[in-house]
Order: sequence, then C-alpha cells, then structure tokens
Amino acid sequence: MITAERKPIEEIMEYVAPFKKILLLGCNECVTVCYAGGRKEVGILASALAMAMMKKGQKIEIDEMTLERQCDPEYVEELARVIDQYDAVCSMACGCGVQTVAARYPGKPVLPMVNTEFMGASEQQGVWAERCRGCGNCVLAYTGGICPIARCSKSLLNGPCGGSDNGKCEIDPSVDCAWQLIWDRLKSLGQTDLYSRIMEPKDWRPAGGGGPRKIVREDLMS
Amino acid sequence: MKSDSNLEKVLEAGHFAVTGELGPPRGNDVEVVRKKAQYLKGIVDAVNITDNQTAMVRMASWATALIAKEMGLEPNYQMVVRDRNRLAMQSDILGATALGINTMLCLSGDHPRFGDHPEALGVYDLDSINLLAMVKKMRDEKKFLSGADLKGAPRIYVGAAANPFGDPFELRVLRLAKKVAAGADFIQTQCIYNMAKFREYMKQAHDMGLTEKVKILAGLTPLKSAGMANYMATKVPGLDVPQDVVKRLKGVPKDQQAEEGIKLLLEQIQEVKEIPGVAGVHIMAIEWEHMMPEIMERSGLLPRPQL
Repeated sequence: MITAERKPIEEIMEYVAPFKKILLLGCNECVTVCYAGGRKEVGILASALAMAMMKKGQKIEIDEMTLERQCDPEYVEELARVIDQYDAVCSMACGCGVQTVAARYPGKPVLPMVNTEFMGASEQQGVWAERCRGCGNCVLAYTGGICPIARCSKSLLNGPCGGSDNGKCEIDPSVDCAWQLIWDRLKSLGQTDLYSRIMEPKDWRPAGGGGPRKIVREDLMS
Repeated sequence: MKSDSNLEKVLEAGHFAVTGELGPPRGNDVEVVRKKAQYLKGIVDAVNITDNQTAMVRMASWATALIAKEMGLEPNYQMVVRDRNRLAMQSDILGATALGINTMLCLSGDHPRFGDHPEALGVYDLDSINLLAMVKKMRDEKKFLSGADLKGAPRIYVGAAANPFGDPFELRVLRLAKKVAAGADFIQTQCIYNMAKFREYMKQAHDMGLTEKVKILAGLTPLKSAGMANYMATKVPGLDVPQDVVKRLKGVPKDQQAEEGIKLLLEQIQEVKEIPGVAGVHIMAIEWEHMMPEIMERSGLLPRPQL
C-alpha cells in the first residue's frame, strides 16, 4: 500500500489560515490502513485543528467527510453536491487523491494534510517499511523475493557494498542489509547460483526516468 | 597492453606493485595537491585520487589526477557511481583519458548520509560492477554503453575495490568473481587488519582461479594512534580491526604510537607479500602522505621499477 504520515499541525495551520470554512476529506483506502488519513484521523485532526486555531484566536469552521477512494473520479464525484459550501478542501489522502480532487474541482483550493511516503508493508503493529519503488520491471525472481532497488540504500543490483556489517546496512544499524537478506534467502531456496549472474544496468524509463508513467488498458476502456 | 598505465606495466612485468593515495582538498588550492603529490613522487607505481571520499565535496578527482600527472605521478582516477549517471560517467571517462589518465578505479562510494550534503540524492544509476563493464566495453569494443560507436576509445587500465571484511563473508569472493567477470584488471582491497581472515579470503580467491585472472593489491592503512585504531574498530562499517591490534597501539606511550603503527604496517607488508595471489600493496596513508617517504624507505620496496 501507499504509506503516509500526517503533516505537523503548525504547517496545516498555515495552510488553512486564509479560510473560514473547510472540508476535511479522508480516504478509506491506504491512508486508512496506515492510520494517516482515514475517517478516524479526520476526526482527530478536525478537533486538534479547531482547538489550535481557537487558541490563536482564529475562527474556522470544519466539516468532516471520508470518501471510499480519492484517487477514483467515480467517488470524487460525490463531492459535487457539497463542495460549494467550502473555501477549501483539506485532503488527507495520498498525493494521488489530492490531485484527483483538485483536477475535478478547478476553482477550489485542495491542500495536502499528509506527506505521502512510500509503497510499503506492515512489519508489525505501528511499523511500516518500504518494499517497492515501482521501478516497472520487477527483478524479485532473481533476488529471492527481496528487492535490492527499494531495500538496498544504494539500490545495488550485483551484491552488497563494503558497508554490510553483521546483516545491517552502513547507513543505520536499524536498517537490514538487503543483500544479506537476499543471500540468506537464496541459500534457503537452494538458488545461490542466481547471485553469479551479472545484472545489467537498469533501464530506468519504466521507473519514471522516461517521464510521467501511465497504464493504458484498451480492453477496459469504454 | 591495454593501456599506457604504469601500474599495468609494473604488474604485467611481474613486479610487486605499490600504490598510494592522495585525497583531494576541500577547496581549489592547487598547492595542497602539489605538496601531497611531492611526498609520493617516485616512490609508488600509481596514486589513487579519491572521488569525493566519505561523501564530502572535494576538488574533482579527474582535475586532481591531472595535477598529479603534471608532476610526474601516475594517477589512479577513482570514480564513484553515487554522484553521476551513465552519461556523466562516460563523458568524464572520455575527458580524463583524452588528457592522459591511464588508470581508473570503479567504486560504489560512501552513502551521502555520511557526508557534508546528507540531503543529496545518491544517483546510483549504475552500480560499481555495471561501471566496470561499461569501461571495459568502451575500451575493448570501442562502444558507448548504449552500443553506439565511439570515435576514439579510451585506453585505460581498470580496477575495482573489494572488501574481504564486509558481510556476508561467504559472498565476498563471489562478489570479487563478478567484478573479475565484469572486466576488472586489478583489485585494491579495503584496509586489512585481520590477516587470518584475509588469508582465508585469498585462499578462496585462489581456489576459484581468480588470482590468475586479476591482480590483487592488498589494502593497508597505517594507524597513527590508538585513538584511530579504536575509531576504525568501532566506527567504520565493514572494517575488521581485531582487539589485539587496538591493544598493541594502546600498549605504547602516546608519543610512540605513530611509530608503532608504522612498524605494524611494515610487518603487514611482509605478511601480505607471502600470501599467494597478492600482486602488490595499496597503502592508504590517510592525511599522512608526508610519512610515505619514510614508510617506503623502511619497507624495502624501493626503488620502484622504471618501465
């Protein structure tokens, strides 16, 4: 999923200062799962923001709403009937959601309430870690199912740098060395031969180097 | 010969090679480079010119290499994949070789996190093995990485680094094998303090037939003090400094620790000379270039072959 964290309240207060009435808009997808921008977080931010603004002597009216998905025009359409009441929409969705809402309602300021971070997985309650860079050409079949692009600090394709230390990355002892993980797993899979294969320089075009990416599925288009 | 590299000549003639290191300055003062180069002149077969080492911005490696070259040294131009994409690397290689640089070393480079611009984006378009293969392709096939023909191809002796002490240990020789397969003519290792482990590494490399295919220079760094030994033992990732080395330096008075460090280095030189497959030493006297004349004098490695 896409992970996100809420922006600091001070930054949010700066964003909303010019407005009298805002819609705080949650999303029921990824940001709900990572506790950053779902219905519950919308409620928490609405109270926190109202209180913080009151403390500063500024009055703001905040309504709450949460869409099924902010990155889908079908759901974003639901806003049409209410949006005129608001000076701005404060979106708690990822960057994709913010932009989908903004694109549909050209005259309305749409502000991000979260910082969108990475594609990750939950390691344990309250901990998410990056797992995928969306490079567009998956190499996991050759690396024991562990991604060197997303999980090696230098995105090295051909093995660990000299800084791999007791299974940990040189940048931080709390970061696993991806190549140690890859090697351990290749061993347990009986696939250590895969390591000897030299991985060629990566084509970064599908990773975004070729400009903004798009998937077009003509079979699904109406 | 693949190049006009003095290092290639020395190694191919079967001599035990010696390389040194010169760290470019944190500014554009040519005199700093000249002073360091003066200490190394005539006593090493090539001198590594580091490339933004420890991820700190310094005078460009190629430019520093040219100043050293003007002074009669053979620069070993280091290039890290951290700071450049494949376009920049190829154009720098063409420029450097056009101006007479004959030897280069391909590296990953320390992560930006350690340097003076930790906010910087590390490029890592290629990794060090891809870079090696690219240089070999430019030299041997006279082609860009893209496959297009070069109009004038570099003649360059190309090397890579190896760290026998990084983890996982059992992968280290396999990674060396990949570097050899990618085109490394020579290897310079990370600084060795754990001689037993290095022997084991070299045995594995020898058993895999790698020492016949590549010239391996054993990396050595003199310890200036017990403090430095302790720092290297505890703070530098991927280094293996056994406790008895730290103890040895701690065991002598402070004003004699530098001398003890040099004695240790001289013993290490003799030890690595006896290890099958070691073709030379790479002495990295970090910010201690001025001690190199004395070190070399006492090492028995002088005079250097004139080829």
